[in-house]
Amino acid sequence: MNELTHKQSQCILVSLRLEPVRGLHMIPASFEYSSPKTLSEAISLLETSGSDSKILAGGQSLIPVMKLRLGSPSRLIDINNIEGLNYIRESDGFLRIGALTRIVDLESSELLKKKYPIINDAASHIADPTVRNLGTAGGNVSHADPANDLPAAMLALSAEFVATSSGGSRVIKAKDFFVDAFTTALKHEEILTEIRIPQFTVGNGGAYLKLEKRVGDFAIAGVAAQISVTQGVTVAKAGIGLTAVGSSAIEAVEAEQYLIGQTLTAEAISTASKLAARASNPGTDLRGPGEYKREMIIVLTTRALKRAYLRATGGAA
Amino acid sequence: MVNKMHIAVTVNGKDREADVEPRLLLVHFLRENLSLTGTHIGCDTSNCGACTVMLNGMTVKSCTVFAVQANGKKVTTVEGLANGAKLHPIQEGFWEKHGLQCGYCTPGMMMAAVALLQKNQNPTEEEIRRGISGNLCRCTGYVKIVEAIQYAAEKLKETQQQGMEVPAR
Repeated sequence: MNELTHKQSQCILVSLRLEPVRGLHMIPASFEYSSPKTLSEAISLLETSGSDSKILAGGQSLIPVMKLRLGSPSRLIDINNIEGLNYIRESDGFLRIGALTRIVDLESSELLKKKYPIINDAASHIADPTVRNLGTAGGNVSHADPANDLPAAMLALSAEFVATSSGGSRVIKAKDFFVDAFTTALKHEEILTEIRIPQFTVGNGGAYLKLEKRVGDFAIAGVAAQISVTQGVTVAKAGIGLTAVGSSAIEAVEAEQYLIGQTLTAEAISTASKLAARASNPGTDLRGPGEYKREMIIVLTTRALKRAYLRATGGAA
Repeated sequence: MVNKMHIAVTVNGKDREADVEPRLLLVHFLRENLSLTGTHIGCDTSNCGACTVMLNGMTVKSCTVFAVQANGKKVTTVEGLANGAKLHPIQEGFWEKHGLQCGYCTPGMMMAAVALLQKNQNPTEEEIRRGISGNLCRCTGYVKIVEAIQYAAEKLKETQQQGMEVPAR
């Protein structure tokens, strides 16, 4: 699964967006199952098993992939019984989210609602409440579906991902993490253990907006915007991430750079939104023509920036 | 050779054990190994919610969980709602308010509703609609389902006021 070619990835992408093929088996291929109690045990299992072994976290993407026979890992290493990987806390200058934190916990966290509502926004848009009970933060980012909602938020937040292997841990920046559709910078023998985000003080605000055909669906397009504002007017830092408009989540770098030093006038927001759309590369599919999606990036970026600004300056929304 | 694993799961309060293939889905374990056919299979892709059950008190779509993952845990299915011949308030609500037509989505819908009411005793209509947004019904248009859940919410409050035990596990 880790060595999927781009073409195979695209195939999964297309298939998951379509209804299951009639007559297709909905039973996964056989596999070996292990349920380690510790992280080191999980890592050593990953090292000693074949390159097609997979980590099972919430399973809300992996199990459908297996049922559709788009992936047939030889072994699943279930990390759900490892303690200490489910937390949301601020320490040493970072907001830290354990990889096994359930989406429902992101959605309901008071800390996130108060200080990092962009994550709360994105979490509450992922699938439906029952799927969110099992789905995890780490799984949502490391599955790296370009239509998943957390990756864009992570790009906007300049998040970092802690990858742990037997040799220790390394930190991967979000902009280097999302390599391609269903492909991250994680190596096979590494497990994503923590997502960390530079801790915010006052003057920060963010929002995630998603356009979907119906509740619980994948995004037609989505935009995450996070800004920090000095003296209530000037943008000091900006992060913009885009969902479902390319082969991975996209960071709208030009728009971010343009915003620095700007006062958020209607004109500045409009220019930034057009730059964000320029960073997108949407295809045409069941969810609409590429042209339409690009237009929607303009609309969503405008709204997300306005909401981010309101939140950064202590307004409601 | 097929490798089987021994699992022990408490289902509706009863300890059940079996040797299963790791790839066996929880919904198949419930329906085929335990003959608990109240839990339905709908879309098989974690969209429709017909297979919703509770795993350690939290709703999951049992078509997207392996039975081995339930090892050592507690599962509640729709069969576990009633207390003998006495219906659970949510079942009574679906009965009284005609919360179903074909009934296919009903078991999953009721499990989602029970979970919602455990978290929120006084849900607004919007909160109810959000709470069941992982469960699809193609017959009712949801109006009667919402009424059934409102009925159950009232009933549960009355039950608690009378100091009676709430049946849901």
